[in-house]
Parts: sequence; C-alpha cells; structure tokens
Amino acid sequence: MNKNMKILIVDDFSTMRRIIKNLLRDLGFTNTQEADDGVTALPMLQSGGFDFLITDWNMPGMQGIDLLKAVRADDKLQGLPVLMVTAESKRDQIIEAAQAGVNGYVVKPFTACTLEEKIHKIFDRVAA
Amino acid sequence: MAESADQATEQLHLARSLVSHLETGNQEGAVSVIAELAGVRDSLLFREVGRLTRELHDSINGFMMDARLADIAQTEMPDAAERLRYVISATEQAANTTLGAVEDSLPLADSLRSDARHLAEQWERFNSRKLSVDDFRELSAELSAFLSATQTNSEALHDKLSEVLLAQGYQDITGQIIRKVISLVDDVEGKLVELVRLSGNRPKTRSTAVDGRDIAAQGPAVPGVDRAEMVNGQDDVDDLLSSLGF
Repeated sequence: MNKNMKILIVDDFSTMRRIIKNLLRDLGFTNTQEADDGVTALPMLQSGGFDFLITDWNMPGMQGIDLLKAVRADDKLQGLPVLMVTAESKRDQIIEAAQAGVNGYVVKPFTACTLEEKIHKIFDRVAA
Repeated sequence: MAESADQATEQLHLARSLVSHLETGNQEGAVSVIAELAGVRDSLLFREVGRLTRELHDSINGFMMDARLADIAQTEMPDAAERLRYVISATEQAANTTLGAVEDSLPLADSLRSDARHLAEQWERFNSRKLSVDDFRELSAELSAFLSATQTNSEALHDKLSEVLLAQGYQDITGQIIRKVISLVDDVEGKLVELVRLSGNRPKTRSTAVDGRDIAAQGPAVPGVDRAEMVNGQDDVDDLLSSLGF
C-alpha cells in the first residue's frame, strides 16, 4: 500500500476530522486533506489527485451518501475507493451504502484497529 | 363587492328618505329610518364577528388535531430527554477514558524523567572521570535498562495518547444528538408561537408546516430511543456487508 497516497477526509465535525487525520498519520499516511461536507469535497475530488476518500454520512449541505453516488457517477472518479465512517447504523442505510458502491463501512464510535483493518482490506482488494 | 355596492345604494336611499322625512317634519318616519340605518351597520358587524369566530374555531380545531403536536408530546419529548441522558453518559464515558489514560501516562512520564535525571548525573560524573570501573559497569547496566524501558514506556504513552484521541469522538456523536434535540425545541417553539397567536390575536393565514424530516440521515443511534432496525456495533456491520458479498 502506498503510504504517500492522497486521502480526503470529509466530516462536518472538525474534531472527528482531526481524530481520523491523527489515526491515519499513526498508520503512516500523512498526505491528507479535509472537507466539511460533500459540497466542498466534490470539487476537490474532481480537481484530481486523490487516491482515497473517507467520508461521514450525516452532514449539512451534501450528505456522504450523495457524495458517494456523485463519485460513482463521475467518469474520472468512479473507481475511487471510498470508506464511510459514520454514526448511521440502520441496516437499511448500510445496505444503501453498499448498493451505492461503498468499499468499507465503519460505525462510530470506532477503534484505531477497526480503521486500520478496513483500510487494509480495501487496498488489498484494490490491489487484487 | 356587489354586496357592498348594494349596501351603499341602500344606505344612500335610506339617507335620502331620512332627509326628506326631516324636511317634511315627519319625526316618526325619521326615527324609523335611523333605526334601519343602524341595522345595516349592526348586521355588518355581526357578520364580521361570525366570520372571525369561525376562523378562530377552525384554527383551534386544526391546532388540536395537528398530528405533529401529539407526536411531539407523546414521543419526541420523552425521546429528547432520553437522547440528552445519552449525551451525559457519552461525555462522562469520554471524560473517564481520557482521565484514565492521563492517570496512566503521568507515572510513565515521571519515571522517564527521574531515570533520565539520575543517568544524566552519572554521565556527568563519568565525563569528569569521577567514576570507578565498578560504577561504570553499573552505569552501563542502568543505561541499557533505561533504553529498553524508554522504548516500552514511550510505546505505552503512545497507546494512551491514542486512547485520548479516539475518546474525543464523543464531540461528533453528542453534537449530532444535540442538533436533533435543538430542531425539536425549534419545532415546539413554533407550535407555542402559534398557540399564542391563536389565543391573543386574529389568526393570520396558517403557516405551512415545516416538515422536511424526510432526510435519510438519522444521526447516532441512542440506546432505548432508536428502536428501528439498528446494527449493534462494527461486527454487525461487517456481518451485514459480508452477507451482501463484501
């Protein structure tokens, strides 16, 4: 796995963005950027260069599920690995995210181990 | 419009006949015309009062039958209380995790500091050649113990700091829950304003209900409040996803 890959962290709570950023740094990923909802994230993704998207679901403006759908609908972005890290824990929602093409789903509150495991799993599959 | 034009014509007609009665000195005729004129005004007044009464009645009925209100009183208020209690317990848990990690970390930092201080003194003595061969042997053993303890302790410190980091996730979770309660409070405020308006002033046109609650996002699950089909932690999520071929 390329530890230099560029990762976009999308969450409306800056505390959660900091937590994820710090956990990623701990795992060796230092090339991270942040956005506070889908509306700001999408143009950042479209302007290119991101290798991985970690997004929350419940955000004002554009929600994470809509961001995921927008990514999958975009020719240039459709292959981008997406990990959802969210407090949304209804079965229907997880199924919806899966159908929309999410690569991994982590429910808050989560542990550093869970995050690491899901990231590895996603990139093992991408590499396979 | 036609009605008020008719009324105006009628009033004009009555006024003319009043003038003619007065000019001819017909006192009785004049009094009866005056009574008739007053009657026109009274009937207008009664009609207006009737209309207002009906509007008020409709508004009160509408207000009482507003399903949203019943929902707020029966479900959402108790839920909101439960959500806020969950906020207390989540913040308490985060505070305890953080305090626990700090309490575990401080002795580690203290022991690193005191060991380093002791070694620095010995090292100073070694540099100024005040150390015997035996002393040096002891220092060498201490140094190697210190280096290995430093590795272990700094790893433990790192783990404790990571615990503190993760514990801060409570701000996101509780923030989402509190936002939900705030939107309920706003809703209740709206209903109360409506009630005040009904009881105090003439009802204006009914405000269209603000009911954009058809959003997919539900916020964090609160134990005892969210009875809908929720997964129970990451393991359930993983099971569900693997059942979907993930």
